[in-house]
Amino acid sequence: MTATAIRIQESPLDPAQAVVNQVLPSGEPYLLHFKQGQTLRIVDLEGNQAVDVIFYNAQDLAEHYSATDTMLAQGGIYLTTGSVLMSSEGRPMLTIVADTCGRHDTLGGACAAESNTVRYALQKKYMHSCRDNYLIALQHADIGLGKRDLVPNVNFFMNVPVTADGQLTFADGVSGPGKYVELRAEMDILMLVSNCPQLNNPCNAYNPTPAQFLVWDAQDV
Amino acid sequence: MAQPFDAPAPLTSNQPVDAPAFWQRFAPDLPADRVMWSEIVPGGCHWSWVMPRGSRLRMVTLEAGANLSMVLYHAREKLERYNMPDSLKAQHTAHYTRGHVLMSDMGRALASITADTVGWHDPLGALLDAERLHAKYGDQTFHTHRNGMFRSGKDGLLIEIGKYGLARRDLIAPVNFFTKVAVDAEGRFQFAPEHAPAGAMVELRFDMDTLIAISTAPHPLDPSPAYAPRKVGLAAWKSGPADAHDFNRRFRPECARALHNADMTYL
Repeated sequence: MTATAIRIQESPLDPAQAVVNQVLPSGEPYLLHFKQGQTLRIVDLEGNQAVDVIFYNAQDLAEHYSATDTMLAQGGIYLTTGSVLMSSEGRPMLTIVADTCGRHDTLGGACAAESNTVRYALQKKYMHSCRDNYLIALQHADIGLGKRDLVPNVNFFMNVPVTADGQLTFADGVSGPGKYVELRAEMDILMLVSNCPQLNNPCNAYNPTPAQFLVWDAQDV
Repeated sequence: MAQPFDAPAPLTSNQPVDAPAFWQRFAPDLPADRVMWSEIVPGGCHWSWVMPRGSRLRMVTLEAGANLSMVLYHAREKLERYNMPDSLKAQHTAHYTRGHVLMSDMGRALASITADTVGWHDPLGALLDAERLHAKYGDQTFHTHRNGMFRSGKDGLLIEIGKYGLARRDLIAPVNFFTKVAVDAEGRFQFAPEHAPAGAMVELRFDMDTLIAISTAPHPLDPSPAYAPRKVGLAAWKSGPADAHDFNRRFRPECARALHNADMTYL
């Protein structure tokens, strides 16, 4: 599938059957393993929350999600139903199988104290950030991953259009309360999440909100 | 008799090593007394250098249709490296030209684009890997073609960063100089053919001591059915760091802050 326009697809999965059902408050990190064949759903509970996610191959942590390989493989920049998230080794990691939001970003990266000094003001550096979340999760996990592994991520529920003349714009979100995206794992996955605490960007109405994570076992067809 | 502390003889074209002044062919306007080195990089090849703060790298296409992929790391602390999303979102851009700053993940300017005759360089980071190379162009190995073998941009950059202890997980999204990839309303990539003519020029000024690795392999979206990488001339010269009235510093407030953050590490 090469077109990357918005593709809305609802899921038949029943939350009552999920084997993981976790609400993550805003500003928190989350590290979760799930298996090949399992399906992950991320829910934007209150709307226009950025959920910043990096995926690793759970069997080989040096293999990570690659924004550039993903965009190259599908020939475009937006993620939605049918998009295959590719690894740094050019292998499929996850496939988006349902999406009621319709567009997700992989160009905008995750906020950091240091990038906040550049984007907003030098004095913003003591504010909480996604890359602080990533680092504290990895420090506590102590599994050999570190800052070098904080590669360009997926920003679920974010809308970051590129214009024909090559400008990057931060548009109003296309998400809303209860919208979700679902991904089927094509390999065993370690997922690193920061539920974004950014307070300087109008894209979330300056109000970070919770997100929900559900996992289903492989479905018998 | 020469004394141990005599200054070495000045570099001239008469010295007994094969280091011609290539820059005179493609960048003759450079000040001769400040040129550090120059190279002609054949198409498909790879190399790496440490560029000191205050040096510049002039890059010139010697044939139409060249692509030069570059990755950048802080030379002393290689955990600090060029960050594509941070650079793009700080400058609200999906292309690079004069004025833009290549920023590290630590909020510092690694390099600034100080001159550009092309107007669009591709920051979206796509690299030709071995699988795509073989699928698109077939096999042409060393065994049969010696140094006319096909080389992928990804493997070239992996070799170069490997020389400095960096591994595959450290390979970052590169900047593809001389290539334009636009994005249409549906989000699809549109590769611009014949974007950079022969003689196209772009120049970087390094704002920190920076390890760069480059490959001149084709861009993965290049629709040409033949593997035909093009050669690029490189000339490094000493310009000094950005002053208070620097063009990049005044290009956007975000650029000023990234350059300030870099300056703070060289007090």
